[in-house]
Amino acid sequence: MAIITMREALNQALREEMQRDPEVFIMGEDIGVFEGSYKVTAGLLREFGEKRVIDTPIVEEFIVGAGIGAAMMGLRPVVEIMTINFILLAMDQVVNHAAKIPYMFGGTVRVPLTIRTPGGGGQQLTAQHSQNLEALFAHVPGLKVVAPALPGDAKGMLKAAIRDDNPVLFIENISMYNTRGEVPEGEYLVPLDRAEVKRAGSDITLVGHSKGTLLALDAARRLAEEDGIEAEVVDLRSLRPLDRETIIASVKKTSRAVLVEEGWPTYGVSAEVSASIMEGAFDYLDAPVRRVGGKEVPMPYSKPLENAVIPRVDEVLATVRSLFKR
Amino acid sequence: MYTEDLLKLLYQRMVLIRTFEERFRSLVEAGRPLGSGHLYAGQEAVAVGVCANLRQQDWIASTHRGHGHCLAKGVEARLMMAELYGKVTSTNKGKGGSMHITDMSKGMLGVNPIVGGGIPHAVGAALASRVLGTDQVAVTFFGDGASNQGTFHESLNLAAVWKLPCIFVCENNHYAESTPVEYSVAVPDIALRAQGYGVPGVVVDGQDVFAMYDAVQSAVERARAGGGPTLIEAKTYRYYGHFLGDNPLRYRSKEEEDYYHERDCILRFRERVLREELLTQQTLDDIDTQVKATIEEAVQFAEAAPLPDPQELYSDVYVSYPLEQLRA
Repeated sequence: MAIITMREALNQALREEMQRDPEVFIMGEDIGVFEGSYKVTAGLLREFGEKRVIDTPIVEEFIVGAGIGAAMMGLRPVVEIMTINFILLAMDQVVNHAAKIPYMFGGTVRVPLTIRTPGGGGQQLTAQHSQNLEALFAHVPGLKVVAPALPGDAKGMLKAAIRDDNPVLFIENISMYNTRGEVPEGEYLVPLDRAEVKRAGSDITLVGHSKGTLLALDAARRLAEEDGIEAEVVDLRSLRPLDRETIIASVKKTSRAVLVEEGWPTYGVSAEVSASIMEGAFDYLDAPVRRVGGKEVPMPYSKPLENAVIPRVDEVLATVRSLFKR
Repeated sequence: MYTEDLLKLLYQRMVLIRTFEERFRSLVEAGRPLGSGHLYAGQEAVAVGVCANLRQQDWIASTHRGHGHCLAKGVEARLMMAELYGKVTSTNKGKGGSMHITDMSKGMLGVNPIVGGGIPHAVGAALASRVLGTDQVAVTFFGDGASNQGTFHESLNLAAVWKLPCIFVCENNHYAESTPVEYSVAVPDIALRAQGYGVPGVVVDGQDVFAMYDAVQSAVERARAGGGPTLIEAKTYRYYGHFLGDNPLRYRSKEEEDYYHERDCILRFRERVLREELLTQQTLDDIDTQVKATIEEAVQFAEAAPLPDPQELYSDVYVSYPLEQLRA
């Protein structure tokens, strides 16, 4: 199996789906000649031409709105919003239109639109360029929201998202484009509705998505080495629909859970996961569910301040250890 | 230059819309179980003048005031009326109501009550027509209020830059809810805004279906030939309030209403075709009778139709079905 970066995995997924289906096209700011702000669309303009790799001006609401219109025609647009921070300019089109059109129209229309956009901090890009806003969208019925952590899942889920008949918000993370991982060769699809246990363990369940999963895996390795604690890591991969079954099955086995996310925990993904554990595994818990997330402030600029905001592995370790001291 | 068939179609569709809206109003006022809505009465010449130039496979995107656009594009009155009753055998299976009526099989991309929200959808449809290599055109209807929204400016600019087959029809009925257009637009004509985007801007008497038909015909020809978009501003007037139940005399005068009523699109059509002997009185009367019957049949159909089963609540949140169904 090839070991490639997240960026390469996403690029492969786009290229393969564009080769496979002439009705897939991509659209966004600086994605053609410039090959995308994070170079995910490298080489695609050369291979597929201007009709299918469409550079737009800075018009986020239009990008999503026109993507919806083209998707209603049966095309499969993949639009790139340069970072998730800018999708707020298109919030109406995502929430009021893409998510609701199939339902409002009695199921007579579909919107097979994929919106790719990266979130996350760590680059000193400050408050308006370092957010994890996926919870805002995972709140909305009618959308599918996915946030894979590993390159293999990213490739398989982006391909599945493009083939899905519903609008899919595909969350990437700007600090993870160079993350390397195994990616199967050839046709590889990952379902959009299943979490996956990335590391089996019996003592505690760590639940994450996107960067949170990487932190959880890192923490699990160290817990095994340093504390003899065997942590099970559940990678959500999909936020809506949320695979509660896999989370609950794991917690029933381990009786403890720590939830990790880069974004703000208040009303966040970990809040929803925590509620799900309360509803589905309360009687199995030996300790309160704990959360590790981004500090609840707008992201500051200065490096030590930024570092203090973004969750770190030592915070995950300390939180887990606190649950075993009782 | 106007064939008899075309003239009959123009008249039939205008009367159909007027009758539909008046009947809907009377049903709501009589306490029948329908929601509210935004009546199109008064603006019929705009929707009809536009849609008479379109093929079934051309696309329109509509507004909150969308019943007229639907009927002009050929959506069946009885399916619309059933939707207004929230019935399951209807355009949207009772999930949409007045503000979301759609029929993809008729090229109707959806009534859309987010002001300006449907404009980029039409441009997206025009973009799809280019990617797919078809000669379909897309028309977006929107009001004077929407012409101040970002989506209008983003969409017109991109349609112009990409020379897309999209026609922008601004129905300037002079009030965005209660706000007069003079308060919100600094230029005398919204069509002037076209200059800023390098596209033709045309002001049309939106109460004259002949003028509307002619203006849109040129715009459609231009769009199909690859010439790009046109902004058409139809000066028109809605006879009722913003929504059914709103009293418009709180923000506009009786004298102003009378002025526009005297220029009514249906009255003027009748006067002209009779004066120029293009259609006979008998033909017009026959159409009136047929339309009345169509609307009564629609009401009976809607009254008798079944309500949705509560189990339908969770269907169609997510959909999946073969593409062929979309390509009528």
